[in-house]
Amino acid sequence: MSDIKKIKDEFFLKLKEDLNLNQINEIKNDLFGKNGLVSSQFKKLGSVAEEERKKFASELNTVKDELQNKLVKKIQEIESKEINQKLEKEKLDITLPERPFFKGKIHPVSQAIDEISSIFSEIGFSVEEGPDIENEYNNFTALNTPDNHPARDMHDTFYLDNKKELLLRTHTSPVQIRTMLKEKPPFKIIAPGRTYRSDSDQTHAPMFHQVEGLHIDKNINMGHLKGCLDYFIKEFFEIDKIKMRFRPSHFPFTEPSAEVDIGYEIKDGKIVIGEGDKWLEILGCGMVHPNVLKNVKIDTKKYQGYAFGIGIDRLAMLKYGINDLRAFFDCDYRWLNHFGFDPLDVPTNYRGLSR
Amino acid sequence: MKITTNWLKEHLDTKFSENQIIDKLTEIGLEVESVESQSTELDSFLIAKILKTKKHPGADRLKVCDVDIGKKKIVTVVCGASNAKEGLLTIYAPPGAVIPKNQMKLVVSKIRGITSYGMLCSESELNLSEKSDGIAELSNSKYNNKVGKNYFPRNTSNIIDISITPNRADCLGVKGLARDLAAAGSGTLIDKKKIKLIQKNKQKINIKITKEKNQGCNIFGSCLISGVKNTESPKWLKEKIISLGQKPISAIVDITNYVMFDLNRPLHAYDADKIDKGIIVRNSKKGEIFKALDNKDYKLENDMCVITDNSGVLGLGGIIGGTRSGTELETKNVLIEAAYFIPRSIRKTSKVLNIDTDAKFRFERGIDPLSVEQGLQRAAELVKKICGGEVSKFDIQKVENIKKKIIKFEISSFEKITGFSIKQNEMIKILNKLGFEIKKEKKALILKVPSWRPDIEQEIDIIEELVRIHGYDKIQIVEPEKSRTKPTLNKKQRLFHFLQRSIASKGFIETITWSFTDSKINKLFLENNEEVKIVNPISSDLNVLRSSIFSNLIIYLNKNLDRGFKDISLFEIGPIFSGSQPGQQETVVCGLRAGKISRLNWLEKDRLVDVFDVKQDVVRSLVESGFDQNKLYIDDKTPSYYHPGKSGRIFLNKDKEKVVAYFGEIHPIILKKIDIKTESLAGFEIFLDNIKQTKKSLNNQKTQYKYSDYQKSERDFAFVLNKNFHVQELIEVISKIDKDLIRAVKVFDVYEGDNIPEGKKSIALNVTIQSSEKTLKDEDLDRINQLIISTVEDKTGAKIRS
Repeated sequence: MSDIKKIKDEFFLKLKEDLNLNQINEIKNDLFGKNGLVSSQFKKLGSVAEEERKKFASELNTVKDELQNKLVKKIQEIESKEINQKLEKEKLDITLPERPFFKGKIHPVSQAIDEISSIFSEIGFSVEEGPDIENEYNNFTALNTPDNHPARDMHDTFYLDNKKELLLRTHTSPVQIRTMLKEKPPFKIIAPGRTYRSDSDQTHAPMFHQVEGLHIDKNINMGHLKGCLDYFIKEFFEIDKIKMRFRPSHFPFTEPSAEVDIGYEIKDGKIVIGEGDKWLEILGCGMVHPNVLKNVKIDTKKYQGYAFGIGIDRLAMLKYGINDLRAFFDCDYRWLNHFGFDPLDVPTNYRGLSR
Repeated sequence: MKITTNWLKEHLDTKFSENQIIDKLTEIGLEVESVESQSTELDSFLIAKILKTKKHPGADRLKVCDVDIGKKKIVTVVCGASNAKEGLLTIYAPPGAVIPKNQMKLVVSKIRGITSYGMLCSESELNLSEKSDGIAELSNSKYNNKVGKNYFPRNTSNIIDISITPNRADCLGVKGLARDLAAAGSGTLIDKKKIKLIQKNKQKINIKITKEKNQGCNIFGSCLISGVKNTESPKWLKEKIISLGQKPISAIVDITNYVMFDLNRPLHAYDADKIDKGIIVRNSKKGEIFKALDNKDYKLENDMCVITDNSGVLGLGGIIGGTRSGTELETKNVLIEAAYFIPRSIRKTSKVLNIDTDAKFRFERGIDPLSVEQGLQRAAELVKKICGGEVSKFDIQKVENIKKKIIKFEISSFEKITGFSIKQNEMIKILNKLGFEIKKEKKALILKVPSWRPDIEQEIDIIEELVRIHGYDKIQIVEPEKSRTKPTLNKKQRLFHFLQRSIASKGFIETITWSFTDSKINKLFLENNEEVKIVNPISSDLNVLRSSIFSNLIIYLNKNLDRGFKDISLFEIGPIFSGSQPGQQETVVCGLRAGKISRLNWLEKDRLVDVFDVKQDVVRSLVESGFDQNKLYIDDKTPSYYHPGKSGRIFLNKDKEKVVAYFGEIHPIILKKIDIKTESLAGFEIFLDNIKQTKKSLNNQKTQYKYSDYQKSERDFAFVLNKNFHVQELIEVISKIDKDLIRAVKVFDVYEGDNIPEGKKSIALNVTIQSSEKTLKDEDLDRINQLIISTVEDKTGAKIRS
């Protein structure tokens, strides 16, 4: 057996043992160090007979490669073993809680406003706003509710001056007036916002939310009004089949006026909107009164249209199953957490209104 | 307005069932609010006979009675009435019955040791009359064989409560409702025949309506009925009055009330003998006083319409009568008034004096001015029938002749508004039944409006009548068009919604609180602004419009702390107010964080919420909204409710045009004043109206995309500078040295204390240097290092720390 083969066999055997990195390095040195066994063999190369030299060199190189590969492999084995041992020590109880996070929430009324805006956006309404403080003219007189009109009694108004000229708007309807005075027809707007009445009990809060709708153009009639609200109600409640009833009513600023009821039933103590045989009033609407259009200098021969006012809080209660109106404004952390929406849950038409 | 179908059927000939009528009423805009059976309460009262009485052993004035209540049942009842005696037929209320007068529910009770099962009732307790001395005495002949039967006949007719909209004055009478139902095809209106009255004499009492400015009375009709015997009302009338939820008083008063509810024709009855000479209808003078039938004294202002006589005010016309001339059971001669008072005048007076009566409610909505005679006729018929007496001729004083309104109604206008058409014949039929007089033209109808419809003034009102009676269900749905010509939200509205969700995404819970608040707390956040008071607040702790959202947010945060929560983040987006004029408001996002971060956490040590938490919230939201973080400019001038050393304000850039936000810890004095128990409280306010919106979209604001792959170098510096010197400026000085080369400046340590002189602080910075043109050599870096040190030392007075 040649020396080379002997070295190979000897070291292959050695490398089978359980070694640590230092021992490997020693072996490495024994083989490939300055005076290492393999290195010495290479030094011999010059002295080997010429005809043998080629074969010798070839064998030597092969053995060198084999040994080196073996060493590398052995090192990898040891390293990986050491890492595994180390990781084993680092193992954590992964069921421990993660770093804490606090989920913010969007108020159900805000969510409802976004849903409502999204629905009306689809059929071409844009959003207008008006101030919470209104003058008596915009809130009443311009809306065909002159002073001493009994309809004013239906609105328990908060006043800001003794002359009763400045008040907190009792409905979002003055936004109609502001919009029509500011721009030229056609109009197709909704106006969500805060409204105020000095009324407070289980079902009334001194502040609540309404969304006003106004569509004025040539030839807009009650059929359009019915169509618009029918569309809205079905989209909002995300139910295809809802019974809807238009019932004659009276508002000074619309004529003819209607209140809209939707069908519902009580199932397991819960209100279920749809085709039940009970009626629930949800909004008021009508054709804008010619007197109102005249007050904002719109030619009633050319333009006509409809308006509606919807109680947002009430709609939100119905859709989200909330029983108590007052709770909306009580700011109870538990309630807000329970009924609030995730901020990423933005109602859109293409992703769906609600999850 | 309460009715029964029985009463309705006196005016309406109909085969419709009660349920059909109820549905129809709602369909034509006379919304039925509730239907109550009349019987429940009164059903339990039985006709009973006292079999035996004996003295109560423990009380002299009480008797223990054995009472036969029918069905072979005899009960013991303790009774205090002096007229309780053997053999008396009376009315028995069993335990569980509710006494109509005081709404008390009877229970089995021990009275001085003796158990009493139920009660024997007086007429007053049953609202049958005012008679309260002693129990009811029923006539032997009529009731003897009815012991055990219900005293109140079971009335199958329910009480239907209808909500009448303010425009429908005419439907505040049963007849008006019948007319509408008839027009809608639910029967025929019964035209009641007048009973022929013998009216020999003239009405003797002189009546005068003075001609003066703002006279509130146009017509004053009257009729004197002399020699009457006022009495209790007959049963049919009492029942009607009770069905209205009212108390029968006497025939004359009940008749006037009945006619009011039957025909919507308010009347007033005077005891004619108490009228001092004649009646003058005039404007009141300030300071006049009179005692009204509600037993209150009213002090009048100028120009209220009063009915007076020689001695003073008799009543407020159309609102309330006075006690001085009121009818009593002894009244012999009665003057019935049927007048027309102007709605505006009624409303003004009743508002000033704060009086609400059934008559006022009707007059302010508008009574049929032509119903004066009809009202007198009906009242006279009834008085004559029930109380006897001699009826005078009707005296009708008028200031003005009433003319019926005429409206031209273009047939085509109906379809234009409703979107569908109905035949002309159908229109005429409906209008006819509603009382319109009609003249046909080619394309129009000329309509004379019935005098009882003050609400009908123009063509649109006619359209409403037609579509209402014809049925709203006939309106055909027109599907909405799904097209949009204008963006749904403008830029400010988009920012509103963006910030709302941006803040919520940082762990804040959105609240909605009142726009008003407690002035005591609001004062803490008022600064130099005007307090906006509400004249008629709902309660004294909600008496001003809020000047800051903090007031409400802190109040409610405190309530949540009381509920046991400690680490709370709340916010609200909404208006704050700076004055009482429309528009004196701005939109604010206001947030509050209380408590600790990482409380009871196994990973991290807890720490208090602080100013840099809320600074992060605000800056991050502004950056998310599209504003350049590097341009934001911050200083430390903040309102007094913030901690003076731990708060700041933010501008979008160094020009400091408008404050876009305040942030900071809340001033400890505020916490003390509100008595809020939290370890820490920090908040912010972002002012939406101060955030300048650029016309450019966010996309167009972006600069050209450039990047550099040349090697980056980082260098650390520590400068010692005055404690008051703002790091913001230090960073700016360094950044400005070479905007191309200096890519980032980070503060990684702030130190005060040992080795740093008093009044100084050490700021350690890490500066990233990178060229977009080449790899920087050591010389370049050294040069820039030196430049940074010399510039900073030069411009800020800082010293590099060696």
